[in-house]
Formats: sequence, structure tokens, C-alpha cells
Amino acid sequence: MKSLKTFTIGGVHPEENKRSANAPIQQLSFPKQAIVPLGQNLGAPSKPIVKRGDEIKTGQLIAKGESFISANLHSPFTGKVLKIDDLLDSSGYRRPAVVIEVGDDVWEEGIDTSAALKREISDDKQSIIDKIKANGIVGLGGATFPTHVKLMVPDGKKAEFLIINGVECEPYLTSDHRLMLEKGEEMLIGIKILMKALSVDQAIVGIENNKADAIKHLTELAQKYEGISIQPLKVKYPQGGEKQLIKAAVNREVPSGKLPIEVGCVVTNVGTAFAVYEAVQKNKPLIERVVTVTGKAVRKPSNFMVRVGTPVQMLLDAAEGLPENTGKMINGGPMMGKAIMSAEVPVVKGTSGILLMKKEESRRKTPQTCIRCSKCTTVCPMGLEPFLLAKMSRLERYEESEKERIMDCIECGSCQFTCPSHLPLLDYLRLGKQRVGQLIRSRK
Amino acid sequence: MNEVLLFALLTLGLLGTVAAVILYFVAQKFKVIEDPKIDLVDDVLPKANCGGCGFPGCRAFAEALVKSADVNKSIDGLNCPVGGNDVMKDAAAILGLEVQEQDPLIAVIRCNGSKANSPAKIDYDGPSTCAFAHNLYAGEGGCPHGCLGLGDCVASCDFDAIHMNPETGLPEVNDKCVACGACVKACPRGIIELRPKGKKDRRIFVSCINEEKGGVAKKNCAVACIGCSKCFKVCPFEAITMNNNLAYIDPIKCKLCRKCVEVCPTDAIHELNFPPRKKKPEVVENTTEKESVPAASSDNKNETQA
Repeated sequence: MKSLKTFTIGGVHPEENKRSANAPIQQLSFPKQAIVPLGQNLGAPSKPIVKRGDEIKTGQLIAKGESFISANLHSPFTGKVLKIDDLLDSSGYRRPAVVIEVGDDVWEEGIDTSAALKREISDDKQSIIDKIKANGIVGLGGATFPTHVKLMVPDGKKAEFLIINGVECEPYLTSDHRLMLEKGEEMLIGIKILMKALSVDQAIVGIENNKADAIKHLTELAQKYEGISIQPLKVKYPQGGEKQLIKAAVNREVPSGKLPIEVGCVVTNVGTAFAVYEAVQKNKPLIERVVTVTGKAVRKPSNFMVRVGTPVQMLLDAAEGLPENTGKMINGGPMMGKAIMSAEVPVVKGTSGILLMKKEESRRKTPQTCIRCSKCTTVCPMGLEPFLLAKMSRLERYEESEKERIMDCIECGSCQFTCPSHLPLLDYLRLGKQRVGQLIRSRK
Repeated sequence: MNEVLLFALLTLGLLGTVAAVILYFVAQKFKVIEDPKIDLVDDVLPKANCGGCGFPGCRAFAEALVKSADVNKSIDGLNCPVGGNDVMKDAAAILGLEVQEQDPLIAVIRCNGSKANSPAKIDYDGPSTCAFAHNLYAGEGGCPHGCLGLGDCVASCDFDAIHMNPETGLPEVNDKCVACGACVKACPRGIIELRPKGKKDRRIFVSCINEEKGGVAKKNCAVACIGCSKCFKVCPFEAITMNNNLAYIDPIKCKLCRKCVEVCPTDAIHELNFPPRKKKPEVVENTTEKESVPAASSDNKNETQA
């Protein structure tokens, strides 16, 4: 048997724990009050265009993305704007958000809410990008990079491949997996739309081999769609990283500090492809997404279709409550997710899952001294030396760590996961990246 | 046998002479003439090499002093916080200059969000470094400006002058502090400020840097500055400024009258090293204030951060 494709440098294989893989996507009910943060995309936060007391409809534009890397934000609910204020985000810092009192669901005019499949793509290249921009589509893989910016290929560069990320390499999470199974056809149309916008004739959907049902389902469907191929990949974390996926799917390497377009690739997530289908074919803005609620102690691990702005507490209730010995609540997966301070924080465009960890598994282990086993160097998918970069951060030697390519770190956490001394390598690297970023900006 | 010995001696002697001659000319050619004053000034400096003067070590500071004396004929603007006025006077004497007396400074912790005042809402188990914790979350008590209590300042101090109080979870500065500013740089929240030591070590300052709205700040911490402006209104010397819901006391304008301490509704303004307060005879004419004064001047202010 031919061995499956994957990326070549580093990588780890954490326990998969895909407990919610067989739970169909359920529509979650609406909250009484919703909090919609304004900074839901990478780049500049959106500027609000509604004010206190305004009546708004579902899908209505409430905040505009004005700078180059920014995205529009739409109201996920019908109701009244209670206030625009600084409210707690998941890390406990306050960020501006729109608070909506939720009423009956009335959609803004011009949005097709029917479930009917619309196959033929009538828009041309520019109008596809305009629609994606207007409907506030951002990358749903987690980084929330505005999709329309990705589609605007800079002059002198040419996209050859569109690579669709259906890898979902994070343990526990199944939101992309379920979406591929249940909305496969829509997703493929979305991919076709993206191909048209980029003028590429080859799209590759990379899916890890632990999702055999999704691979089979999409392979059958893709026969009808010319140019789309499904590529099964070996299970290895962090294959969902843009650069790792390009290496795995088309065996090209993105040079240090460059974007994928440098090697003729554009990468988007399967969730984004579905959102693009809805935005272009149905004129529906990005106001809902699939969120996995899971964890070893969760009574009913599930996948929910959730409107943005719904408090996390409602998802926990729908998954039959918070287990008693929960030690940590994590936004995202166990490898890259961040702990949430309170269940009152809302679901945002970038929330792919809520993971509840038991007390005993959530505690960090006591760090010990580095034993120079070089495991972190072996597993780093970017070919960095995490132990060295961590040491440089500790000694505040940021100029040297810049030379050692600290900015290439994708913060996947493989080094910390594998470290037998439980050293907080990723924390050091994040701090170093932040300081080096400041250094680079101060030079300009 | 003798010939061999003689030959060896002659060869080595010749080699030595040639090398000596070369070295002599090289040494003449590349001679570095250093101002002897640098050594003299360096000798009077404290050799703490703390970097508090802004230069990498005492030697570099001595060089800077001599250079400034040669070029500008003054050493104003250069100060050794560790040595203080005495050392600066000695250095100035060597350089034949006068030096202005400067008020000695001390590090002041502008947060009183102790475990009692700002109870922990969550349990942080990450690495005990403020720099990491600051990147990850707002803090156990929930205040995004408050002390994280993980001791980056303690680790940065070369003078054994700052320690964590395990009861309050806050750092405390003792009189070993020389105001080198290492802790100011180390604190990711910018809580520590260098302020003049003041007469008899008496200091008044706002022990809070929270710029959130009053209600929000108060929710997380009982002793937060809520930006009520009462101190601003009562100050007879215009030493207090209000900015972003936060009061700041200018240590130079402040005449240590303690009126602001009395009016602060959240006890956010601290007074240090003052004698115990007498029962106020001077506010007799105002009967309403008479009752409120003892309540406002509660005893806990003198306890913290001696």
C-alpha cells in the first residue's frame, strides 16, 4: 500500500479523542441577550454603524471593516441595540462589543434563507470578491483572516492551486468533520466559487485519514465537480497549519516570512468554503458557525450550529451542563485553544469548539530543567529550535531570536506538548514573538 | 652537547629580541590614550552595575560623565540613583564641577489589589511569570491593570529591595531600594513608579492605575480608583490631575497635606510614614464632614507598603 501524504518536518500525534464525530449538527436556540464583539477578525476591529436603541434585523450590517485587513460584521439576531460598551472577552480583558436584546427572528431583505441548493455560479470574479467582502467572511479555521484579502492576489503573483483545509488536526474538535458530511455539496460549490474568484483550475481538499466517512462522501460528490480532488492525508498534528498543508498536498515549501501565494497556493478552511457558498449564492452574511462542545467529562458531546454572540453558557446547557469536576474551559482545541475566564463570553466567528477539561488533566505539570533531549527540535514543524528560542526569550536576547527565525513559529504547541520536562516553551516563544514584533515595527 | 645548548639559547634570545622590538613599535602605533579621570570617577561609583543610570555598567557611566564634563562643561542630566547625591558630588569634584542636589527616588507599587481587596475569581496554573500571565489573561482578580502577583519585579531586583508579601500577594518595597528602575521595566502592567522619597520618607500616592470606568473597576477591586474627582476638587495645590477615570498626584506639587486621603471613598490614596492622625479640631465648623472623616481615614493605610 502506498503510504499517505503528509508534511515532512516534525509533527506530533496527540490522542485524537474525537468524541463528537457522530453527533449531527443541531441548531441551537437563541439567547435573550447577545454580545457581539467588534474585533472578530484578524486585523483592525470593525467600526460600529448602529447606536444605542436602534432596531436591527438579522443579517443587517452593524459594523464596517474600514482598513485593508478588516471585515464587516452583521447582526446575528433581530432586536434592539442595548448598548455599545467594553465587555469581557474570553481572556478577561475588556473589548468593545455590541449588546443586542434578542427578539423574533426577522431576516434582512435580499437574503435567501431557503435550504434549496443553488448550483450555477452566475457572479463574475469581481462580484464574488465584493460579495465575500460585504458579507464579512473570515477564515473559520481559527485565525479569522478576512477571506476577501486572501482572494486579492497581488500583482505579479499567480495562484495555481486552491487548497482546502479539511484536516481538523486539533484533537477533540469535529465541527469541520460534521460540516463536510452534512453540507458537502454546498461546500463543493463554495470551492468552485473560490476557484472562479482566483482563476485557478485545481482545488485540493486535504482531509486526514481519521475521517474516512468524510473522504468517501466528498470523493463521491466531487466527481460531479471538475477540478476538485480529495486528498487523504496521514494523521499528524499540526497538518492544519497553512504551510504544513501546502507541503503535504502539493509538496511545496513556503519560504520563511512569506505568504502561501509565493508558491502559487491559496489555503482556506472547509468552513470558510461553506460560508462563501452562503454569501455568494444566498447573499447570507457570516453570522453563524458550527461549534463543537466536547471533553472527556461532557455528558453529551455535540456539534451545534450557533449564531455569533450566543453566550458559551447556552452551549454548555445544550450539552447537558457543565460537568462537576471541570478544571478548565477552553476556546478551541487542546493544542492551540485558550482558556476562557467565564461562561458569559460569547461565541465569535473564530470559535471552533468549547473544550471542557477535567481538573486532573487540565493542571500544568511542574517545569523541570531542560535535559537537552532535543525532542522539541525534532517535532517543530517549522524546523525551529524551541529550546534555544525559549532561552533567548528568557535572557531577553530578542535580536538573536529574530535571526533564529522566531517569527516563523506558528504557535502550534508541539514543542510544549512533547517536552518531557514540561517547560513552558510556547509561552516563552509567544513572548519572544511579541517582543520581536515590537522590535520590527519600531524599525519602520 | 654544549654547542646544542648554546645554539638553543642564541636562537631563543634572538627571537625574543625581534618580537620585543616588533611589539614595542606596535604598542607605540596603537596606543590608546584614556583620560585618567575616567579611572578616578569609576573608583567613586558604587560598582553595582545595575544600569539604573541608563548606561551599561558603572564604567560606561564614568566615561559618559567625563565626556559630558569635557564637551558640555556640566554633568546635569546624569545621575547615579544608587550612589545618590554623595557619589555625584564626589564625581563632580574630580571633574571640577558643581552638581545639583537631586531628590532621592524610590519605587512605589501603585496597586493595592491584594487577595482580600480583589478576590481571585479563577485559578491560574500557568508559569509563574507576570510577562506570560499578562499575555494570557486579565488576572485572577479580574482587574486588567492590577498586580498579577507572580514576582517579575522581585526577580529583577539586584538590591534585595522588593519582596512579595504572601498574605496580600503584592510586592513590597523596603528602604534598600535605590530606584534603579529595573522593576519598573520588568512589570508588564506598569504598576511600579519611581517617586521622590519625600521629607522624612513621607509619601502620598494613588495606589491604583486602573483606567476603567468607576463601576467596572470597583467590581473587580474594592480599593480601585473610581475616578470620582473628589481628591482633585479638594487639593489646594493643584497637584492632582484626572485622566481616563484615574487620579494622579504630582509628587513635586504635592505638599503632603493629606486632604485627598481623607476624601477618597475607596481608600485608593495611600499615605506612608505619617504619624498617626489626631482627632481633627480644624474641621469643627463643618459638622457633616466631622462624622465622615474618621470613617475615611481607616487604619489600614499605614500598614501597606512601608
